[in-house]
Amino acid sequence: MNQENIVLKTKDFNIFYGEKQAIFNMNLDICEKKVTAIIGPSGCGKSTLLRSFNRMNDFVPSFNCNGAIEFEKKNILKLDPMEVRTRIGMVFQKPNPFPKSIYNNIIWGPKIHGHKVNYDELVEDSLKKAALWDEVKDRLNESALELSGGQQQRLCIARTIAMKPEVILMDEPCSALDPKSTIKIEDLIDDLKNDYTIVIVTHNMQQAARVSDYTAFFYEGELIEFDYTDKLFTKPSNKQTEDYITGRFG
Amino acid sequence: MMKEKTEILINSNQIEKKEKSFATIHPGRRRAEKAFKWISRIMTWSTVFILLVLLYHLGKEGWEYIDWQFLDSYPSRKVAKAGIKAGLWGTVWLIITTAVITIPIGVASALFLEEYGVKGKIGKLIEINVSNLAGVPSIVYGLLGLAVFVRWFNFERSILSGALTLGLLIMPVIIVATREAVKAVPDSIRFGAYALGAHKWQVVFYHVLPVALPGIITGVILALSRAIGETAPLIIIGALAYVSFVPESVMDEFTVMPIQIYNWASRPQEEFHQLAASGIVALLALMLTLNFIAVFIRIKTTKRNIQ
Repeated sequence: MNQENIVLKTKDFNIFYGEKQAIFNMNLDICEKKVTAIIGPSGCGKSTLLRSFNRMNDFVPSFNCNGAIEFEKKNILKLDPMEVRTRIGMVFQKPNPFPKSIYNNIIWGPKIHGHKVNYDELVEDSLKKAALWDEVKDRLNESALELSGGQQQRLCIARTIAMKPEVILMDEPCSALDPKSTIKIEDLIDDLKNDYTIVIVTHNMQQAARVSDYTAFFYEGELIEFDYTDKLFTKPSNKQTEDYITGRFG
Repeated sequence: MMKEKTEILINSNQIEKKEKSFATIHPGRRRAEKAFKWISRIMTWSTVFILLVLLYHLGKEGWEYIDWQFLDSYPSRKVAKAGIKAGLWGTVWLIITTAVITIPIGVASALFLEEYGVKGKIGKLIEINVSNLAGVPSIVYGLLGLAVFVRWFNFERSILSGALTLGLLIMPVIIVATREAVKAVPDSIRFGAYALGAHKWQVVFYHVLPVALPGIITGVILALSRAIGETAPLIIIGALAYVSFVPESVMDEFTVMPIQIYNWASRPQEEFHQLAASGIVALLALMLTLNFIAVFIRIKTTKRNIQ
């Protein structure tokens, strides 16, 4: 259905938590510099798959998987997880800034990797890209914990951008935020897709419809439908998808 | 208009009735609430009261002898000439040596156990044993210190032997406190750091440790305060009761304030009992000073942590 460059590609990918299988034979393509939304009812495995893209599932003791996730012709599952995470950034459900200054929150990632850059420029650039610069430029040395929830989340996005990743994963980034902050983040996602590939998991179907180019609908660990967002929300080809987006279940 | 008012009146009457009936249905609840509050209050203030009485008595008895001469003299048969200099310096030497040896080992062990972890049954066994060690009577550590450090390692009756023995004694306290502090660091911070491609040591060193530091320092203060007051294990390893010199290295023999106090208190003459009270006042002052320094460090580190 698409002719664009594919950045991430799962091939017959299965995930198990102990005996229980969470993802079944997943074949999903993520296109470059587009926003791909993953929707589905709770427990359908959408966050689980997202966290496999940057190997965050490695921290779950019972986690097990097979198949492949291709990223630039290499299998992510065979790469060094630290390496993967510098290329594929992640924004979490709840804003989790470090209990340090705004400035140090941004430069910490590049610093530990020894990136030789001008930190002042990096901070300004990242905060501008995350649409936070104007609000915090006079108090970069204050604690990040003094910011509001929405600002903290944008700071986490800025922190991710500072690593200059190719892909940004967002795990329900607005679920802990008020509607006003949500709109700001959604506008931000719209700007970011000029430079980054974005995969966003969301509970909120309207949000998926607003921000994404492609939408994948998951149900009980399986990919039910994957299409252009406009098409999936107007003319879904699958009965289950239609039931879900019209609110008949989930 | 009138009708509305009466309606409101009726309503409020009903509410009152309801409240009354609620109170009559559960008459015991409010009384229990009040009683619980008062019992807690009395318990709290009674401990404070006992502490104040203790301090008052000590002050009254000990104040007479506390002066520069008392702090700067060695023990003597004559009360007027006796002082706590040897014990004071012995305690300072001992506590600093203990801290230098124990803090790095204790904190590092706790970080290893909590962050890297020994998996399975062995891990559980270590955890239970560390907690158990915290409850072992101090005299047992004294016997261990005598056998291992004094005799086997041949450190003699030195400050080093004393510090290592006290180190064993307070190590479990430091480990348990540090583990609790590390456990309290939210996982979201760890994951945030991992998501930026950090290695484990970087996550632990740059994020977990700074956040846990105030808790760790509190544990260390408690542990060292306990070590300052210890007498039994030091008597066992042979700290001296009569010392008329100030230690100059960790291999020197020594005495500590609690032993000196014990020595004075066990004499028959009344004047020496007063001298013991003075010694206790000095010991408390030293302890409070150390605690104050530690609290100061804690406030400083918390502030720097934020920036």
